[in-house]
Amino acid sequence: MTATDYNFAYLDEQTKRMIRRTILKALAIPGYQAPFASREMPMPYGWGTGGVQVTAAVLTPEDRLKVIDQGADDTTNAVSIRRFFARTAGVATTEATTEATVIQTRHRIPETPLTEGQILVYQVPIPEPLRFLEPRETETRKMHSLEEYGLMHVKLYEDIARHGAIATAYAYPVKVEGRYVMDPSPIPKFDNPKLCSPAIQLFGAGREQRIYALPPHCSVVSLDFEDHPFEPSKADAACGLCGATDSYLDEVITDDEGGRMFLCSDTDYCAGRQAAGHRGAAQEDAA
Amino acid sequence: MYVAVKGGERAIDAAHAWLGEERRGDPAVPELGVAQIREQLSLAVNRVMAEGSLYDPDLAALAIKQARGDLIEAIFLIRAYRTTLPRLGVSRPVETAAMACDRRISATFKDAPGGQVLGPTFDYTHRLLDFRLAADGAAPQAGTAPPREGPTPHVAGFLNREGLIQPEPRSDDPPPDLTREPMELPACRALRLQALTRADEGFLLGLAYSTQRGYARNHAFVGELRIGAVAVEMDIPELGFAVEIGEITLTECETVNQFTGSKTEPPQFTRGYGLVFGQSERKAIAMALVDRALRWAELGEEFVGAPAQDEEFVLMHADNIQATGFLEHIKLPHYVDFQSELELVRRLRRDVAAAAEEAAE
Repeated sequence: MTATDYNFAYLDEQTKRMIRRTILKALAIPGYQAPFASREMPMPYGWGTGGVQVTAAVLTPEDRLKVIDQGADDTTNAVSIRRFFARTAGVATTEATTEATVIQTRHRIPETPLTEGQILVYQVPIPEPLRFLEPRETETRKMHSLEEYGLMHVKLYEDIARHGAIATAYAYPVKVEGRYVMDPSPIPKFDNPKLCSPAIQLFGAGREQRIYALPPHCSVVSLDFEDHPFEPSKADAACGLCGATDSYLDEVITDDEGGRMFLCSDTDYCAGRQAAGHRGAAQEDAA
Repeated sequence: MYVAVKGGERAIDAAHAWLGEERRGDPAVPELGVAQIREQLSLAVNRVMAEGSLYDPDLAALAIKQARGDLIEAIFLIRAYRTTLPRLGVSRPVETAAMACDRRISATFKDAPGGQVLGPTFDYTHRLLDFRLAADGAAPQAGTAPPREGPTPHVAGFLNREGLIQPEPRSDDPPPDLTREPMELPACRALRLQALTRADEGFLLGLAYSTQRGYARNHAFVGELRIGAVAVEMDIPELGFAVEIGEITLTECETVNQFTGSKTEPPQFTRGYGLVFGQSERKAIAMALVDRALRWAELGEEFVGAPAQDEEFVLMHADNIQATGFLEHIKLPHYVDFQSELELVRRLRRDVAAAAEEAAE
């Protein structure tokens, strides 16, 4: 079967309408996990089916799509998802954050600030921020409806009691518009401040059948305590390629004697800086 | 010197090409035809249809070929295809009492109207490798006899007549469809049964077995197990009557379980129910046992904390396509979240070391 045998962006129009309705509901109640009848997609659950369905529902033929995984455009699953839409929707694709109208992401928010009119679609593995405190969905839904988040605060407090700090480094919980506690998906907490954005942010969890959203400029507060304020953190180093000190860094092992270097996880940001003439330590060594 | 990890596209193309070659195997060996799989690996085809929720033996056989015999992968292919199909309507409930039975056994009555029919079963074969199959041989021939005419009444119906078995409420409402609506808990029995019939056979087998070993034990008799073809009928609004749109093979299992009765109910038997596409009797029996275990609340039994009684546990983990996807996704890159953990662990260790030093001074 060729790609043209499928509807634009793979999903049939009825399914897209159902997903769009859920997205609207999610935008109307920021941070609330709206159930939706997730479809089986031609890629496995856990590999971005929620994000793919949300992207399929919001995509128009005029859009320009960027797909990143771990901040990079060239990781295999990002390549696979970008190809899927290039094939089933025929939309233009880009690696430039500024040129994209829709960005599907896994585990990162781009370093380049997003602007009004852009849509950021997150792939979400476990949408429920309370899941690892309470495994039952029937219970956690009740806790959200009663705004009963004491368990989460106790967990954060216990972290401090045990480790002297909140021991959550990614998927750091946030409170949205003073109401719902939300899982921002497994982005590093470094990215949390970027959740307040002029762009529309949509979160799709396919296997768990949930969509939630952050409308532009809505209030997103990372949970913390007065005496232990939230701290976005990253490796204390500069990118070896572009020298950036303000971007989230991946650590790469370079030899078997403890040698390592740090690189921007956002490949577009790094390439842009290099094109503008910025050089990191590794580039200077090589030169 | 670090070389940037580029070339994801090239790697994917090369992997797919290699996969194609591996699927074909040694080209000196004749290629397997889809019809061969459909005819000669029919129980695998049945499983793929049942868990793929799509009754199409040819597509299931194709999926098995494409998946190199990995049945979960084949089920996934079928599910991904199925999801693109429109849902045209709801059939009439199939009439399993009118089934043309290839096999029909009851473990509770020595004989019953309709008789005991062993059919094509492995049950009493000795599991000895048949080396004749490794050599080419003539197609085996079985004797034939004229089929028995008329319906085969359900064994549970005989018990029902005496009021010995708890009756099931009748409903003509279309059941919910978990492929079209998000699963909501608590689920009604129709939705549970739908989830169970497409659930992973191995998962159900393990759960059912656990009930037999005492985790929510409710001793089950196979009241009846039947396999055969039933007609699928659909009401056509323009016509005003139902027409037969096809025939499917089903396995149906009804268990008869002990029940001691309660203050309000006299002692009577209860039932568990299994219904699966194709000849899938292990699955149908397991489904009936798990269905019965999940009915504890409705029957006024105690929740003893057994996994098979726990609706949320069973329904949220029974789907092998969901499970395998999420399990295998941990192969995907997690550099970013791992990096943040790395930073955190280093920092916490630094703090501990600093505190220890301070204490020593």
